[in-house]
Amino acid sequence: MFSMYLFILFFFAAPQVQEVSLEQLQANTIQNNDTLYVVNFWATWCKPCVAEMPYLEEAQKKFANNKVKVVFVSLNYTRELAVVDKFVKQKKILSTCYLLNAGTPNSWIDKVETEWSGSIPATLMYKNGKKIFFREGEFTQTELDSIIQTKIK
Amino acid sequence: MTKHLFLVIAVLFLASFKPEGGYKVGDAVADFKLKNVDDKMVTLSDFKDAKGYIVVFTCNHCPFSKKYEDRIIALDKKYKPLGYPVIAINPNDAAQHASDDFPSMKKRAKEKGFTFPYLYDESQAIATAYGARMTPHIFILQAGVGTPVVKYIGAIDDNSDDATAVKEKYAENAVDALLANKPVSPETTKAIGCTIKWKK
Repeated sequence: MFSMYLFILFFFAAPQVQEVSLEQLQANTIQNNDTLYVVNFWATWCKPCVAEMPYLEEAQKKFANNKVKVVFVSLNYTRELAVVDKFVKQKKILSTCYLLNAGTPNSWIDKVETEWSGSIPATLMYKNGKKIFFREGEFTQTELDSIIQTKIK
Repeated sequence: MTKHLFLVIAVLFLASFKPEGGYKVGDAVADFKLKNVDDKMVTLSDFKDAKGYIVVFTCNHCPFSKKYEDRIIALDKKYKPLGYPVIAINPNDAAQHASDDFPSMKKRAKEKGFTFPYLYDESQAIATAYGARMTPHIFILQAGVGTPVVKYIGAIDDNSDDATAVKEKYAENAVDALLANKPVSPETTKAIGCTIKWKK
């Protein structure tokens, strides 16, 4: 009985946001399979990022049968892990959530995408181990859906 | 087929979004004329004795711009006497962030005691010409006998969160190199920032 309480306690207190290195992030999203990984870089302080999160969540639901996996990557400071965790729980985000811990941005932005200035939101899509889409800037739901539609074919 | 092609073109168009291009390191820049928070118009050529310029695209609302406000003031205090004044430009569409409008710029400049011009790029033409993508985004120009030339594009330093934990002061290193007639290295850097709020 006690262990059940412990389990419940653990379940509710369990962090939803996992801190990852760039290598871990890339290993988890650049995979040799036909799942479309939609990787969105955001932060709690970024208004357009927060505004488009529901669109990505909606797309995840809509394309659930099409091997689409939305991954949110927070670029908040790593000391803000608890803030980010609370934020995504309050927003009831169901997609995978990471907090990137990769050091000074100048050392890793180009490894994600050389065309990326570093402004957010920014979204990349990967399939069969290849990057097949990059956008710096936000989407509307219609734009996002139509892009995913062409990429899952 | 035509329908399919249309879709492809539509997606490409949507994906292209806002400006690629803009100035690269080595490019000569055109002068501009923008309204300062004191309601006077400012151009690069107003700075008769300048050896160059530290042009910073920034704004009021962006948390990263706020983090760098004091560091931008410090840059101006250090480098204006050496011939490299700071010129700050807010390119954001105030319709998307009311706190980025011109009256708010005046207020912020006064509150923080900006020692440099804080210009309003209302048409966004200058941010477009420079290829500025975010706030803060810094462009260091060297003024020679002719047109000023871009010598550095990117971040101010390598730690937005904590000024005391900075390891590399990219902007200072660039200006120091220019003052010493040495090559700037690195010539470009990247940082996380807020997207410029382009007019819709």
